[in-house]
Amino acid sequence: MADKKQADDARDRKGRDQPSAEEAALSARLRDLGKRLGRHHSDGPSDSEPGQRPTTDASAMARGFRLSTELVAGVLVGAGIGWLIDRWAGTTPLGMIVFLLLGFAAGVLNVMRTAGVVPTNTLDPPDKRQ
Amino acid sequence: MDPIHQFQIQNLLTFGHIGGQEIAFTNSALFMLIAIAVIAALTIGATSSRALVPGRMQSVAEMSYEFVADTLRSSAGSEGMKFFPLVFSLFMFIVTVNVIGIIPYTFTVTSHIIITVSLALVVFLTVVVYGLYKHGLHFFKLFVPSGIPIYILPLVTFIEVLSFLSRPVSHSVRLFANMLAGHITLKVFGGFVVMLGGLGFLGSLGAILPLGMTVALTALELLVAFLQAYVFAILTCIYINDAIHPGH
Repeated sequence: MADKKQADDARDRKGRDQPSAEEAALSARLRDLGKRLGRHHSDGPSDSEPGQRPTTDASAMARGFRLSTELVAGVLVGAGIGWLIDRWAGTTPLGMIVFLLLGFAAGVLNVMRTAGVVPTNTLDPPDKRQ
Repeated sequence: MDPIHQFQIQNLLTFGHIGGQEIAFTNSALFMLIAIAVIAALTIGATSSRALVPGRMQSVAEMSYEFVADTLRSSAGSEGMKFFPLVFSLFMFIVTVNVIGIIPYTFTVTSHIIITVSLALVVFLTVVVYGLYKHGLHFFKLFVPSGIPIYILPLVTFIEVLSFLSRPVSHSVRLFANMLAGHITLKVFGGFVVMLGGLGFLGSLGAILPLGMTVALTALELLVAFLQAYVFAILTCIYINDAIHPGH
C-alpha cells in the first residue's frame, strides 16, 4: 500500500515540475477522488488488507473450486497424522479418532476462511491492523 | 476404450538405472518440454519485436503478465512482487500443460498427483523457508491466534497447525483431481459415441446425445483448465502473503 502510494506521489511530483495553481488544484482534487474511491473499492489492488480478506477478488467459480477440496484436505491430513501416530505408538483406535476429529475441525476452519467468514490469522497483533 | 489408458506413462528413451529404478524420458516429460517450448515461444518470441502497439501474440504475452501481476499484487501487496517469477512460472506452466492436455492424443501432465504435489510443495516450502527467514521463530505465531482464552489455546493452535499442513494437500489434490476426473469423463462420453455408433442406424442416432455432451464437456474442460491454473496461482499468492505480511 505505502510503496505504491509513494510511487504514485513520486510520479505526481515529477509531472508537476513547473506547477501552476490550476494544476495543483486539479491534482489535489484527483487525489481526493482517489482516496474516496479507495475507500469504496477496498478490495482493489494493495488497498485491501491482504491478511483479512484475501479472496475478495477471486472469481466466484475459483472460490467454489477451492471450497470443494478444503474440507477434504483437512480431514485427510488429520486421518494421516492419526494413522502415523497409531503406527508408531501402537494406540490403534485412539490416535485416529482424535486426529480425525481435529482434522475435521481444521477442514471446517479452512472452508470458513475460504468463504471469508473467519479472518485469516496474521502475524501482526489485531490492534496494529487497520 | 479404457478411460484410464490415456494417463499411462510410457518410456520414450531409457537412460539407465539408478538403484533399480529406471531413469527414462517419458511421455510426461515430453509434454512438459512441449509446454515449456510453447511458453518460451510466447514470452520470448512474441515480445521480441517490442512493438509499442502490440500484435496479437504480444498482446497475449502482455495480458498474461498483467493478469498474474494483478493477482499477486492484490493478494500479497507490492512486497509480494519479488515472488512474481515463481507465481508466473507456476501459472503459465499449469495453464499451458492443461490446455495442451485437452487436445486429443496428448498427455495431461497435471493428471498425475506426483506433478501437482511437487508444485504444491515448492510453494509450501517457499512459504515456510521465507517466513522463517524473514520473521525467525516469530513466524510460528501464525499458528497462535490472539485473543483466545488460555485454556482453549492449545487446541486452537493444534487445529491451526493441521489447517496449515492441509494446505499442500488441498492445493495439489484440487488440480490433480479436476484434471483427472475431467479427462475420464470426456473419454467415457467419447466411448459412448463409438459404442452407439457401432449399433447401426438407431445407434448412430442415439450417439448424437453423447456427442453433444462431449462437445459441451470439452468447452467445460477448457474453462476448468484455465480456472485450475488460476486457483493454483491465487492460492500461491495467498500463501506467500502469509509469509511476507506487509506491516498493516
